[in-house]
Amino acid sequence: MRRRPNYLAGAGSLVWLLFVGLPLYVLLAATLRTREDYAKNGPVSWPDTFTLHNYTGAFDSGFGQYFFNTLLVTVCVVGIVLALVPPLAYAIVRSRSRVTSQIFRLFLLGLAIPAQAVIVPMFYLISEAGLYDNLLGVILPTAAFCLPMSALILSGAMRDISSELFEAMAMDGASPRRMFFQLVVPLSRGGLSTIVVFSALQAWNGFLFPLVLTQSDSTKVVTLGLYNFQTEHGVDIPGLLGAVTLSMVPVLLVYLFARRALVQGLMGVGGK
Amino acid sequence: MTLMTTQTTSAPTAAETPKKVRRRPEGSSAVLVGRPGFVWALPATLFFALFAIAPLIMVAVLSFMSWNGLGSPQWVGTDNWNRILDDPVMINSIWLTLLLTALGVAIQTPLSIVLGVWAAGHQRNRAVLSAIYFIPLLLSSTAVSVLWRALLDPNFGIPARATWLFGDGNLFGKQATAIGVLAFVSTWQFTPFHTLIYQGAARAIPDVLYQAAEIDGAGRYRQFFHITLPQLRNSMITSMILMIVGGLTTFETVLILTQGGPGTDTTISAYYMYQKAFKSFDFGAGSAIALCLVVAATIISLIVVRVSGYDKMRSDMEGVS
Repeated sequence: MRRRPNYLAGAGSLVWLLFVGLPLYVLLAATLRTREDYAKNGPVSWPDTFTLHNYTGAFDSGFGQYFFNTLLVTVCVVGIVLALVPPLAYAIVRSRSRVTSQIFRLFLLGLAIPAQAVIVPMFYLISEAGLYDNLLGVILPTAAFCLPMSALILSGAMRDISSELFEAMAMDGASPRRMFFQLVVPLSRGGLSTIVVFSALQAWNGFLFPLVLTQSDSTKVVTLGLYNFQTEHGVDIPGLLGAVTLSMVPVLLVYLFARRALVQGLMGVGGK
Repeated sequence: MTLMTTQTTSAPTAAETPKKVRRRPEGSSAVLVGRPGFVWALPATLFFALFAIAPLIMVAVLSFMSWNGLGSPQWVGTDNWNRILDDPVMINSIWLTLLLTALGVAIQTPLSIVLGVWAAGHQRNRAVLSAIYFIPLLLSSTAVSVLWRALLDPNFGIPARATWLFGDGNLFGKQATAIGVLAFVSTWQFTPFHTLIYQGAARAIPDVLYQAAEIDGAGRYRQFFHITLPQLRNSMITSMILMIVGGLTTFETVLILTQGGPGTDTTISAYYMYQKAFKSFDFGAGSAIALCLVVAATIISLIVVRVSGYDKMRSDMEGVS
């Protein structure tokens, strides 16, 4: 119905575009040029040269292995979350037991535990369990820290299932198990995909647990690889940024093909 | 988070239809038939207890023990606590943490409100631009920090090319500029996220309110201040609490961008905890600092639970007290 264009907002949006876009432009441009070109002409200039060496170089310095490790961690974390959270959320939403209310409270409080806070005892526990420098030692705590938010997301999705459906199934004499597999799981697919994306992002971007719980090259994940690359080859900025770009490719793919689930999963990330 | 926003944004509509959904009649035939027992929740609970609750309890115990990472921890009473409370770096780290958190809230809140309300419009260019604005969220904190460390590199980065603006080009060399860098990078990284919160909330504001204001002759800015802002109140609380918790636990950014330097000028508490434990192998003192972080984060999250009404949600929906 209205109205004159909002010039102030238009100008502001362009300033913000520059603020967000310039670093991303430098990131991409730097990865496609040689190190000499970058040092000579500065980060913002248009590249004189074109090379893919920065990407291949990342693989030469071990990122292939790091990607594999990260993928393994991610798949296992998602697997654990998918095995544990749906029954938990089902109980939270449908159980009438007082114990379940207390369990739900526990997970709500768990939302507030920052990984930084438990890293010292985690190091102790994982070392005692003989899992230090073992990817399993990264997978278990990472998965555990995905649980509170995933439980919250999924129980929210399950609450949207109408109680008439449960009652109808109960009339037919369905057991809780049958309701879970035939009603709850199929009808909370949206919530399930959100927790998959959420926990996959947590695992893919995780840094602190791998930092203190692993040390050798064979157990290194991508984020840790970036950190080490930076401390060891800090001057090879195009090479470093090539590795940064590679690390975001999988997430970018999810963004392109499953934007909705990604946004919801990301909103979960911020809850930590 | 998803829930938190839907919960807060749907609050106005929920208020319009009072009490209707409050309690299902207890007499309905299926009340206890086919309900899962608490055993369904046990596997997840045990796993969580082992890998999150147990370490949380241990951090409290370890803060009264001395351990260097080898051998077994020894009981030392309040020694660690006395040491960290006497430690000027620790006291300073608390102030720095609070300063950075406050800067984050003060810079990002107005920015993300404006951007979120702007992006809530349905114009085509806004959809395209907000898709670009969203990209920083796709990078991990590590990648963001590494990227900005490279962009702001004293020798090869942007400041070295723009000495008219940045002086000697070494932003990491002075406390004020180093803190500025940390606040700037966290703005770049997290504003898109909070923008999403406000965008969702702004879209949920009923159009009727604006139509009414229009009839009363209120202009765009009056509408913003008198309708949009008050309607975003719940989202503001949510977003600010998330910023505070995030600020208290900032770690990667400091580790990669400034290493707590120059000197200890940007050594915030979470980073100091890491240094104490994993660089000086003083795990007792590290645990004591960690416990302070837990207490701060818990107090704030209790506020979250209260304010957002999470704990009441269950009884609202299911009629269980």
